[in-house]
Amino acid sequence: MTQFLQQTINGLSIGSIYALIALGYTMVYGIIKLINFAHGEIFMFGAYMGMLGITMLGLPFYAAFVLSMVLTAILGVVIERVAYKPLRNSSRIAALITAIGVSFLIQNLMLRIMGARIYAFPQVINNQVFVFFGLRVNLIQMIIFVVSILLMIGLQLLVKKTKLGRAMRAVSVDKDAAALMGINVNNIITMTFAIGSALAAAAGIMVGLYYIRVFPFMGFTPGLKAFVAAVFGGIGIIPGAMIGGFSIGLIETYVAGYGSTLYKDAVVFAILIIILLVKPSGLLGKNEKEKV
Amino acid sequence: MSMLKIENLDVFYGVIQALKQVNIEVQQGQIVSLIGSNGAGKTTLLRTISGLIKQQNGTIHFKGEDISKTPPEDLPKKGLVHVPEGRRIFAGLSVYENLQMGGYLSKNKAEFKEDLQKIYQRFNILYQRRNQDAATLSGGEQQMLAISRALMARPKLLLLDEPSMGLAPLLVREIFEIIKEINQQGTTILLVEQNAMQALKVADYAYVLETGSIVMEGPGLTLLKSEEVARVYLGG
Repeated sequence: MTQFLQQTINGLSIGSIYALIALGYTMVYGIIKLINFAHGEIFMFGAYMGMLGITMLGLPFYAAFVLSMVLTAILGVVIERVAYKPLRNSSRIAALITAIGVSFLIQNLMLRIMGARIYAFPQVINNQVFVFFGLRVNLIQMIIFVVSILLMIGLQLLVKKTKLGRAMRAVSVDKDAAALMGINVNNIITMTFAIGSALAAAAGIMVGLYYIRVFPFMGFTPGLKAFVAAVFGGIGIIPGAMIGGFSIGLIETYVAGYGSTLYKDAVVFAILIIILLVKPSGLLGKNEKEKV
Repeated sequence: MSMLKIENLDVFYGVIQALKQVNIEVQQGQIVSLIGSNGAGKTTLLRTISGLIKQQNGTIHFKGEDISKTPPEDLPKKGLVHVPEGRRIFAGLSVYENLQMGGYLSKNKAEFKEDLQKIYQRFNILYQRRNQDAATLSGGEQQMLAISRALMARPKLLLLDEPSMGLAPLLVREIFEIIKEINQQGTTILLVEQNAMQALKVADYAYVLETGSIVMEGPGLTLLKSEEVARVYLGG
């Protein structure tokens, strides 16, 4: 029982990371029906920016955190404007291939600029271990969980309660009708990229802090898993991405804890296959009916 | 005063010409109807006016200002609001949120509240269902919501695309009553309809569109009595 609870704690911590990344996938998909395969690299960029903020600028952790979110949001906006906006009216496959291209571009740019070495993320937080009833939780795990939850609540409030959030939902339902209300659709899409990217940056820094490693390919696997999480929960649905993220994190941890670490990635991708076969719209997805 | 003036408008979908040398004028305070069968180009015309279709030659003037290159999101604040075909209400947003979207540009909270009150009074059903997902409304209610949403932007000119489409006869009559009311309260209306009989009855002036060209025009009642209109559009 203790082991199960211990795994659950670990799973929730990594799951909240997947959830943060999955939110970016799902928001972008919700609004322009594009799987932004460069999203894992946006996450990686966020980790680098957080690290550089601390090491080069000497910022305290929270300031580096915010700075990284801002810079990464800008990167997301630039990617959208340069790579995706010109393809707004072309086929979805063209945009998808472009996204894969952008992913390689950012990876290799980072490789060119920062080199292939693995940086150690500065250990700015004294990672104390707390023991409750025999369960071990370290401080970074708690930070990851709490910060993620706060960001998700913030996002949920933004989407549900603000004018921007309403506009985002309206644009995702019907772009033409939204434009007829006076909404600048392109600006709303840009904001969506900015928010999704900032969330990925937050995830990137926290992963850097937790696993201590920062390197150009660090976005690949978490990016794919978060994509699975987004599909699992129902792509385009914000609460779906959260549920999907936590589910994938938990499943992965249980597999690693009770089975073998070797199989944990295989199981996650097997879930993707099963979901696509059984319920492609995902856990929270509705089977779309064409309305006349 | 001329509210809307369209001159020599050509619109193309790729190589296909959807509108040919269309000239239309709407005077302030009028209801102008545009009738024609399916595929005649009625919706294309409205979508071109509101900037959703960009490929065009010719000019479109709204209150004297050339709007032929104006993007759609800049028209509501000028006073031109388009209620698109098929209602296009925002599913997943509540009725109230849909109305909020209509008043998206409104900076004035008091005006917004006042407009909202007026709409809730006129359409009690929208008030009763204000917190419900708009997609759960019936077709007629959705059409009322779509029109109300447009009214939240306080339009000077309202473009209505097939407001009676798919509605039961009783509701069709109600929709046309609503159109007249909106007009009497000072909003100019350009109405596109397949229901030629009703559309001509309410119209001060009307145009008949056939395969992209205006083939006939005149006061609504004159067209209503015209033999050709009767034969083709009124099933007489």
